[in-house]
Amino acid sequence: MPPEGVRLNVRSAPEATSGLESRATSSALGMIAEPRRWFTFTALVLFAGVAWTLVSRVPSGGKTQGQIASPRVGFAAPEFTLDRLGGGQVTLSELRGTAVVVNLWASWCPPCRAEMPALQHFYEENRARGLEVVAVNTTFQDSESDAAAFVAEFGLTFPVALDRDGAASRAYLLRALPTTYFIDRTGVIREVVIGGPMSETTIQTTVEKLLTEE
Amino acid sequence: MFPILQVGPLALQLPGLFLLAGIWFATWLIDREAPRHPVSGAALNSLVFYGLIAGIVGARLAYVSRYLSVYAENPLSVFSLNLSTLAPGEGVLVGLTIVLILGRRRHLPLWRSLDALTPSLAAFAVFVGMAHLSSGDAFGASSSVPWAVDLWGARRHPTQVYEILLAILAFVGVWRLGRVRAFPGFLFLAWLALASASRLFLEAFRGDSVVAFDGLRGGQLVSLGVLALALTLVHQRARFARDGLGEQHEGRSGSPT
Repeated sequence: MPPEGVRLNVRSAPEATSGLESRATSSALGMIAEPRRWFTFTALVLFAGVAWTLVSRVPSGGKTQGQIASPRVGFAAPEFTLDRLGGGQVTLSELRGTAVVVNLWASWCPPCRAEMPALQHFYEENRARGLEVVAVNTTFQDSESDAAAFVAEFGLTFPVALDRDGAASRAYLLRALPTTYFIDRTGVIREVVIGGPMSETTIQTTVEKLLTEE
Repeated sequence: MFPILQVGPLALQLPGLFLLAGIWFATWLIDREAPRHPVSGAALNSLVFYGLIAGIVGARLAYVSRYLSVYAENPLSVFSLNLSTLAPGEGVLVGLTIVLILGRRRHLPLWRSLDALTPSLAAFAVFVGMAHLSSGDAFGASSSVPWAVDLWGARRHPTQVYEILLAILAFVGVWRLGRVRAFPGFLFLAWLALASASRLFLEAFRGDSVVAFDGLRGGQLVSLGVLALALTLVHQRARFARDGLGEQHEGRSGSPT
């Protein structure tokens, strides 16, 4: 039953409720309108909420994303060491201190072809500001000769790494080509773009944030 | 986690598909539930449509305004399909503003419209949970519980599953409460309280919480504020209804609030 003096002026519902349910509803709604009982209820709920918030505080050192390697935003970029097209090796961790764009691509992938000139252009313009681009060719599903022809065709000057056994692609959970990871100077992934082609504007606005950070 | 569904040459992004399915289901529910409150389902659906469009356009324009000189060189990039070049916070603000302005212009009663939208909001929250489950977003903290899952380099609480379960519970609660006699605004405020209480509980298991200060999670602090607001407003509106002011405010004839 509703508390004394409380009678709700309710609108009519299209579906009639049963007598018992109706009384229970009136009682609940009556409690909401009654200041003392509702204040007590609200205070209890909020007290429990505050207690839960305090109990579940993040312990110091509890934020681990930046230390765990995983291919998503907020995590450390998974490490790789791969052979470079044309000789030598590329190790991601050796690029720490620069903003790095890791682009996974294949020569037969049309969006990869479409976005590569923009990457090259932006690399040339911003290398002096601390930008590095590593284009990881998914060689396990491509061929080195096709990759080399692709690089010559577009005149790419940034390091092109060869993922011959697919280990780097697996570490980066590659599911679509191209996929691009924007990594800050501390080695943490700050943006992931799955698919393409990315426009030069997209690359520029995303990298600009990383380049302006100390 | 299964973010991409490869169908021949097409790489379909599952999180986006779940969100689209959520929008479709939510708009279908609006048509079904609106007469119960009673407001025009068509008017509400058009409001949601314009709100979504305004939100997307607002989010892109806000992003463009941050990098005006870059976009001035390539103005066509404004129309890029890339979701990373959106400013989500500003988008939500623009979308809600447009919804409020249009709602007032079309004389939609605020509280009854919110009540009519509530089952859709509650259902959409379930689809958001599914989108998180497929993308691996909103992931849990490292844990050794037996049901922990391997995700992003650690065993973690399956917070996306918790999120879906809590959203389903809230939806069932809203569905039942929507069938009882109550004052305008009751259903929406009840859902707001349920949703904020769910988030308050769930956030404790998240591994990607934004820490406000001294280890306190920002999501929980915001949820506490929203919960307090919902409980206060529901009391205020119940008193209005008891004193017979609710109907005047909301207007049976459908006057604006």
